[in-house]
Amino acid sequence: MSTSSVSKGCFVFKPSAKKRKPSPTVEDYFTHGSENMENSRLRFRTCQSLWEKMKTDTELLQEELNRKVLDSLLEFIRKSSSSFQRGTDDWRSRMRAHEIPTAALVLGVNVPDHDMTFQSLSEQLQLSVSPFVVSLQAKECAALKNLIQKVLERLMGAGVWVNDEDQCEPEQGSTSVNLKRVHCSLKTLHDWYKTVTEKTYTSTPGEKRTSIGINVQQHPPIVVIFKDLEVFSPKVLQDFIIICSRYIEQLPLIFVFGIATAPSVIQHTLPHSVSSLLGIELFQSLSCTQHLATVIDQVILTSEFPFKLSGKVLQVLVSIFLYHDFSVRNFIKGLQLALLEHFHSQPLSVLCCRKQEALGHISKLSHQDVERIQQLPSFMRYVEQQGPQDQVELLTNDDHVKEVCVKLLIDLHKYHKNYYPILRCLHVLTSSLPKYPLGKQIRELHISCLEKNVWDNEEYASAMTLLRMMAKEELVSLLQKCSVILKPGKTKKMRAVLLRLDDLITRFTKSLLEMKESRRTKKMSQFEILRDEVLEFFDSLVRCHLAPPESQPLYEVCYYSSSAVLRRHLNATPRTSIQTALSNPYHYLKNESLRTEDGTFSSAAPDICIVYKLHLECGRLINLYDWLEAYATVVSAAEGKDPESADYGKVDELKHARFIQAVSELEFLGFIKSTKQKTDHVSRLTWGGC
Amino acid sequence: MAGQLLQPGYEENKLQRVSKLLPCRDVQSSMLLALMGEPEQYSYPSIFIYGHRATGKSHVIHTLLKELDIPYATVTCVECVSLGLLFEQVLFSLFGPDSATLLSRSPSLSDFVRVYKQLCVQNPAKQTKYIVLDRAELLRDMDANLLPAFLRLQELVEDNVTVILLSEIVWDKFRPNTGCFEPLLLHFPDYSKDELQQILSEDSHPSYSTELYSAFINILLGVFYSVCRDLRELRHLAALNFAKFVEPLESGKVNESETHKLWRNIEPHLKKAMQTVYLREVSSVQWEQQMEKEAGAVRGLSAHGHVELPYYSKFLLIAAYLASYNPARTDRRFFLKHHGKIKKTNFLKKHEKTSNHLLGPKPFALDRLLAIFYSVVDSRVAPSASVFSQISSLVTLQLLSQVGHNDQLDAPKYKCAVSLDFILAISRTVSFDIVKYLYDFL
Repeated sequence: MSTSSVSKGCFVFKPSAKKRKPSPTVEDYFTHGSENMENSRLRFRTCQSLWEKMKTDTELLQEELNRKVLDSLLEFIRKSSSSFQRGTDDWRSRMRAHEIPTAALVLGVNVPDHDMTFQSLSEQLQLSVSPFVVSLQAKECAALKNLIQKVLERLMGAGVWVNDEDQCEPEQGSTSVNLKRVHCSLKTLHDWYKTVTEKTYTSTPGEKRTSIGINVQQHPPIVVIFKDLEVFSPKVLQDFIIICSRYIEQLPLIFVFGIATAPSVIQHTLPHSVSSLLGIELFQSLSCTQHLATVIDQVILTSEFPFKLSGKVLQVLVSIFLYHDFSVRNFIKGLQLALLEHFHSQPLSVLCCRKQEALGHISKLSHQDVERIQQLPSFMRYVEQQGPQDQVELLTNDDHVKEVCVKLLIDLHKYHKNYYPILRCLHVLTSSLPKYPLGKQIRELHISCLEKNVWDNEEYASAMTLLRMMAKEELVSLLQKCSVILKPGKTKKMRAVLLRLDDLITRFTKSLLEMKESRRTKKMSQFEILRDEVLEFFDSLVRCHLAPPESQPLYEVCYYSSSAVLRRHLNATPRTSIQTALSNPYHYLKNESLRTEDGTFSSAAPDICIVYKLHLECGRLINLYDWLEAYATVVSAAEGKDPESADYGKVDELKHARFIQAVSELEFLGFIKSTKQKTDHVSRLTWGGC
Repeated sequence: MAGQLLQPGYEENKLQRVSKLLPCRDVQSSMLLALMGEPEQYSYPSIFIYGHRATGKSHVIHTLLKELDIPYATVTCVECVSLGLLFEQVLFSLFGPDSATLLSRSPSLSDFVRVYKQLCVQNPAKQTKYIVLDRAELLRDMDANLLPAFLRLQELVEDNVTVILLSEIVWDKFRPNTGCFEPLLLHFPDYSKDELQQILSEDSHPSYSTELYSAFINILLGVFYSVCRDLRELRHLAALNFAKFVEPLESGKVNESETHKLWRNIEPHLKKAMQTVYLREVSSVQWEQQMEKEAGAVRGLSAHGHVELPYYSKFLLIAAYLASYNPARTDRRFFLKHHGKIKKTNFLKKHEKTSNHLLGPKPFALDRLLAIFYSVVDSRVAPSASVFSQISSLVTLQLLSQVGHNDQLDAPKYKCAVSLDFILAISRTVSFDIVKYLYDFL
């Protein structure tokens, strides 16, 4: 490289854009290291499209679930702002103290999910009520000054934008841009609000209306959203409310408090003198457990998505939700991870897509893929059940295998189409029983069906016994519910089941009339016979359709079952990892010289591992000098010195330094700390030995 | 109208109007007028006015200054997030909009004094100027030299100016330990019941007689006087409940003279208002709707006390509660299997005899929290990262609070910030009998 400079110096040459390597795409990461590029690209695309579908579905679902609370919130804001417009004509509103309308929005402790709710809230507000919406987070409002500054910045930024669109009076717009720090007061906001509303609604009528929205009133309210009320410093909040209340007669301010715990937190943070400035109304969102139930119902318990989770994996995801975070967003992230892992690690997942596509993919399978199919446990089980002639064909003839696979895949899809309606019916029947023998939630029933034959469970037997004692009205109403579930029957079998069920229901209603006559007899009444028949029928349905997926050939194509991988990724245990690294360095370093038998320890391990190992043998207090000597002995052995020689195990400067470094690393990791109890000793912070 | 306001230098009719606008504050307003003297006379450099909320401090001052056309600047100290803002507002109101631009970007007190003097020379005024500082207690938190300087601003700027400080706190809490110029103290006492009655009766409803409204106010004060003497709040409550009061009149069941019947109608209603709308358990709008529709009562804010938490968070909170309220020495007794019998009296130290629940939560280290957590939770829990992150979520939810600075990474300490009722409810949901583990209830 050369420069035109005459003087000597350092020059920076930035690489030109062309020369730079294109940064790898997601697809490159996905296909990296796979033998069959074509196959893994296909998998990647299937995975992506499936995920897109799942994502939009769950987003729609969440929007739907939030709709009710958001609608009432919007209604509240509209009403409050229109009461501001009405002004102070009548006696009552003149006499009343002017409170700041405040919506206390209780969202539950699943804080990660709140972002989405606030996002859609402020979008809808901007769309239909007012362009002036500010969201605040506690971490950016440490002091009153920052809070006011943030409010002004976000609002008047919007105001500047309005001016730009109008393309009129640019000089006015520029005054509001030159926001001097000194001007950060609500008075500035008030002046700005006056100019904006006047300009927008008097000078340029026709055009302006359309850009903000038709149903925006003359004085659109200023909505301030406090996303996490608990975290705000009470002092800042109180001062801000006091200031705002001084302007409430001129500025239509409305607050929204996002509350994670309970609304009583308002009374804890604000004294009466401040809370009396607010007119608080409560809005409660759906609980996160209900939310999860709906997501599972729509995304997991459906034959729409070919990708399935095994019982264990679902259990891991659900237990992270219930035990740790209550976050639906994290649940969906976990689902995404499982999806990605499945398509990445299972080459046969090319077949995990819609039926028609999958059938197309079968014909393109390579010889290697066919071998993989032949090695699948479920396929091997299937082969064993065939006649000897067939077995040979299935193990040698690729084309025959492909033909059989087509049939098996169709069967698998059918299995899913029958499985979910029957699962729902069984849940309807058992979820109203006392003590919920098969679980209160449908996901529990689903998990137990996935794990083994549900009819072998003791709980299933007891549920059946309870059902056999059910009164007529209850049973009929349950059967009617089942019939509703089966209505959109997708397969022949389901339609047949529905016919049979409807027939049974009509017979029940008839037997109602006959029952009165045969009440006194000891013999089984008509009703009892019928009841047994119905339950027999359901039992046969369960046995036929709710067999665990392992029984289906090729189930590995659709089911992701590595629960350990998922748990390791989602529920990391840093401490266990550190201990593994220190006691078994081979686990991470993969250096053959470190490989050891169980229980033994290579003296060639890194210094910190040796020091760690030695410290495990000590008590609560460790003598540093003894420790150093022991370390020197181990290291000398690693150097291959003769045990008989004079300087074997002798401490030289290098060893000393290495030892000190290792010890301070241990201290940094929190295994030891210095102590004043004894000179030249350190104390251990963990318990237990090797 | 007991005494007429008299002060030479002001027009008679203006004074009369002022005294009409300031009912029940004759003593204070005439005192103030006397202090202010005639318009061009120098007044006392600083006056400190104190009294409870809604005792008419700002109202009296502002009415006097406004009605008598006296130049003044009024600043609410809460709004002044920076010193510059305060100075700017003072200069703006005293010398017009251009004056504020003379100040530098973040002005100091001496800048302010310099600019003030400069402007004074440009437009000398004959009349006394007034600077009213509302919520003056916040001046104490600003620069240390600010309060003493304002107290003798007259000397500093060599102008005819008086600073009036308004506060709800007494002067003794203001006095800096370096000493300062003592302002004149003026106390605004609370309104008495009769005075409240008189003031509230003045804004009667246009379509009803003043006698009726006065009777209503009398009933209202009978209920609320014992809990609330805040004029603003009482006026608000009167406005909210008057419609209910006249309901029987509207429907023609009762006539105006039957005050007893009216009283019987409104009294239970007002009592209910005291527990709900006065405490802001329900909003005023909800209260009005409730009255119109006679619908089922809206549940107040504190009725929703229930908090749903993830399973392990519940146990972490229980462990934190135990760590906060049990002495550390007793952990052996509660969480070891073979602890032997330790009688409560044997290992009691003298100061531990008082209930820990009366003393409040004590801080505990993270280690102790986890140790207790692992022994109370019924299954084996891996020490995963999410267990630790749950502790910090509990802190953000204000169920735990971190003691000391939150950048202390090494051995952080926490306190449990929930009540006994709350933790009892939580432990009931996981069927954990927390009372058995609490030292106070042994």
